[in-house]
Amino acid sequence: MAGKVHVTTNVNGEETEFLCEPRDTLLDVLRDNLGLTGAKEGCGNGNCGACSVIVDGRVINSCLALGVEAEGCEITTIEGVATPDGLHPLQQKFLEHAALQCGVCTPGFIVAAKALLDREPEPDEHRIRLWLAGNLCRCTGYDKIVRAVMDTARTMRETV
Amino acid sequence: MPGEDYLGIKEYKVLGTRPIRHDGVDKVTGRAIYGADVQMSGLIYGKVLRSPHAHARIVSIDTRKAESLHGVKAVTTVDDIPVPEKKVEDLGEGAANMVDLRANVLADGKVVYDGHAVAAVAATSAHIAEAALGLIEVKYEVLDPLLDVREAMKPGSPLLHETLTTESLGEDTGTASNVATHFQHKLGDTESGFAQADVVIEKEFFTDTVHQGYIEPQNATALWNPDGRLTVWCSTQGSFTVREQLAGLLQLSPVNIRVIPTEIGGGFGGKIRVYLEPVAAILSRKSGHPVKMVMDRDEVLKATGPTPGSYIRVKMGATNQGKLVAAEAYMAYESGGFAGAWAEPGAMCIFAPYDIENVAIDGYNVVVNKPQTMAYRAPGATNAAFASETIVDEICERLGEDPLEFRMKNAAKEGTRRADGPTFPRVGQEEVLKAAMASDHYRAPLQGRNRGRGVASGFWFNVGLKSSACASVNTDGTVSLVEGSTDIGGTRTSVAMQLAEPLGIPAEDVNPVVADTDGVGETDVTGGSRVTFSTGWAAYNAAQDIIAQMVERAAKYWEISPDDVAFEDGTFKSRSDPSKSLTFKELAGKLNETGGPVVGRATVDPQGVGGAFSLMIADVETDPDTGKVDILRVTMVQDAGKAIHPAYVEGQMQGGAAQGIGWGLNEEYWYNDDGELTNASLLDYRMPTCLDLPMIETIIVEVPNPGHPYGVRGVGEAPIVPPPAALANAIYRAVGVRMNVLPMSPGNVLKALWKSNGS
Repeated sequence: MAGKVHVTTNVNGEETEFLCEPRDTLLDVLRDNLGLTGAKEGCGNGNCGACSVIVDGRVINSCLALGVEAEGCEITTIEGVATPDGLHPLQQKFLEHAALQCGVCTPGFIVAAKALLDREPEPDEHRIRLWLAGNLCRCTGYDKIVRAVMDTARTMRETV
Repeated sequence: MPGEDYLGIKEYKVLGTRPIRHDGVDKVTGRAIYGADVQMSGLIYGKVLRSPHAHARIVSIDTRKAESLHGVKAVTTVDDIPVPEKKVEDLGEGAANMVDLRANVLADGKVVYDGHAVAAVAATSAHIAEAALGLIEVKYEVLDPLLDVREAMKPGSPLLHETLTTESLGEDTGTASNVATHFQHKLGDTESGFAQADVVIEKEFFTDTVHQGYIEPQNATALWNPDGRLTVWCSTQGSFTVREQLAGLLQLSPVNIRVIPTEIGGGFGGKIRVYLEPVAAILSRKSGHPVKMVMDRDEVLKATGPTPGSYIRVKMGATNQGKLVAAEAYMAYESGGFAGAWAEPGAMCIFAPYDIENVAIDGYNVVVNKPQTMAYRAPGATNAAFASETIVDEICERLGEDPLEFRMKNAAKEGTRRADGPTFPRVGQEEVLKAAMASDHYRAPLQGRNRGRGVASGFWFNVGLKSSACASVNTDGTVSLVEGSTDIGGTRTSVAMQLAEPLGIPAEDVNPVVADTDGVGETDVTGGSRVTFSTGWAAYNAAQDIIAQMVERAAKYWEISPDDVAFEDGTFKSRSDPSKSLTFKELAGKLNETGGPVVGRATVDPQGVGGAFSLMIADVETDPDTGKVDILRVTMVQDAGKAIHPAYVEGQMQGGAAQGIGWGLNEEYWYNDDGELTNASLLDYRMPTCLDLPMIETIIVEVPNPGHPYGVRGVGEAPIVPPPAALANAIYRAVGVRMNVLPMSPGNVLKALWKSNGS
């Protein structure tokens, strides 16, 4: 077994250090080393998006990245989406639109949708569906999720 | 006792509104704890060694090298599970034969599907456990796999289980066979029925194994303390069901087992039977540590309980006047590696939308070398409706009838007898059809080449079963509700609303909590579309219990007779003295001066379950060059009885529609000739993404169920039933081929097109 590697990174605005094995995925590290269990493992091979996190502004499947690759990065997980002032508009709209059922894919969807809205404030329905096609939801049929994201974009534009 | 307001005449304050779910914030912030998120001191990690063969005898298992690997704390095989009594436990949705369950959890001398669990290891890290699996030496004597239901049924076919004998018409025939069960339903006389028919259509239908596809893999964490008490954390549709199975397998008293249900990331019928729970328990007992086990996705697909593939032959006949006069079905369902019973519910649903005098159904459950099948949202009914609803469409075409008007002429209604026995109470098939006919979607023209519109009906009978609830009144007039139904789609809220309504308080003033098996009375699975119906009823009854106790308190406070106290619209009043009046909140503030806390409780096992009819209207465009089907517009119509929380009813309809669309167009298990599953990933087992689907329009119909205080019918399952048939009917109208195989993937559609044009 290889020795552990020391990694310095930034998670949700906090400088964070951890030790991990070279083979540990970023998802393993977030969940097991840092206790951030909001990102979920649904498939372990990048097909479901339940482990979505934002790394340096890009949404990625954290099950497909290694923990050691986090060195020097800025990572946002679902735990970093709300602020002390309250929920992010996406979180609020997911609740208002009943855009979750079992909720296990929800962190991934919110993180992925946030990455979209951070760069494109006016996505249309097709753009949202294309962007979120890497996140699987088996409960909702996506209707209410897409509506929640469209409504969030509208609300955020109005309040800017 | 059903209330007098069930007919929906009454205006409700809480029911029919859309409050934000009580567990919502935890779920949008990532705080909600699902099974894989459980942590505790001393935790070690378990992994399962699985068979690479679909069918083989286990000659020997040598675990010595694995045991000596540094970091390995325990290794187990089936020998560590006591041989159970031959006993069948009712799981609420399906049953478990304890002997089969033991052999499914860890193979007993024989593996019967690719991925069948053979041994398990617990170690200080998941990596070490994985490495240890590679050190376990298993010698197999490989046997030919049986993968086709009709092959497996043939007399003289090799046997999966030498001890399995066919139960036919309720009696053990003593004949060794892969046919586990055979049953029949008869109504009238189909021979004379078909003699009256002017149009008769008979066809065969083939469907493959499909998986529920919940995003959260199976998981279990177990701690078996030296005092013999076992605690299990897992995501399950039924904590009591897990307890019952563990008690049977591990031969423990339920008092020594506590099952703590975590949040659950989808189930759809697949998280009722235990897989990892007993293995984690044994590894914990052997190692002295709490043991956590989480499946990988390929394990989920290979070795949990998908829903059966099937061979179905249906014959239906109608007169030129458009009256269905006879129907026959031959239904052979794959049970997988151990006996199952999913043809039965399929048979209960196959002709249910229609009033047909002459019906005959022959059903078979057959073991094959695939994982032991399990419920999947209206189990058995979707396969069945694909057959019957496409034949109905073909009859409509022959007769030149509108498919909705034809269904209306033949609609099941109150008093219609189903072939499997029951006579319908008040049901909503006619109202669903009327709503579909009046819908914007059905009235809108569909134009363009290679485009077509299809409709199909669906039915699910729903179940009642046991539920418990306990509600404590706080002194500010809020209520803490404890119930036992694990919440997969917002049921904490739909249950809490049925407590809030009779008490006259807002839904937000109730805090619903899902308790573990020591925290609440026995409660059956979250399945059968039963939670809002049954657990909601328990909450309603708990509210009635609270009201009865608080009437006594009001009487005590006012020093009058309880007979003089009435409770109306959230207020306690003296009938004789109108000046005496206290709201629920005000009286709650006086509990401590009138005798202390008030706790309402209820347990129910209701019989008045109401079946639900659903219908899909689908517009598709089919590419004749590639066979790809695109969905242009889709509408679901369904009778909810009373939609307690309409947003979550819509959610069930949309989710069921999406799963049915996946089943219809993409999803299937691909086995090679050796019985190896070749598409055990979410890349290759292709479930719909949001890019594959349009918005899913919903029309909720409310025909109150007379068997429930608020008229509730189950809503969860019925919506998955129509989609494959509706899509098949739409594809026919788009490109002129009648599909009789699922999925209607580009390849299968293209094959059908080539066959029809002779190329």
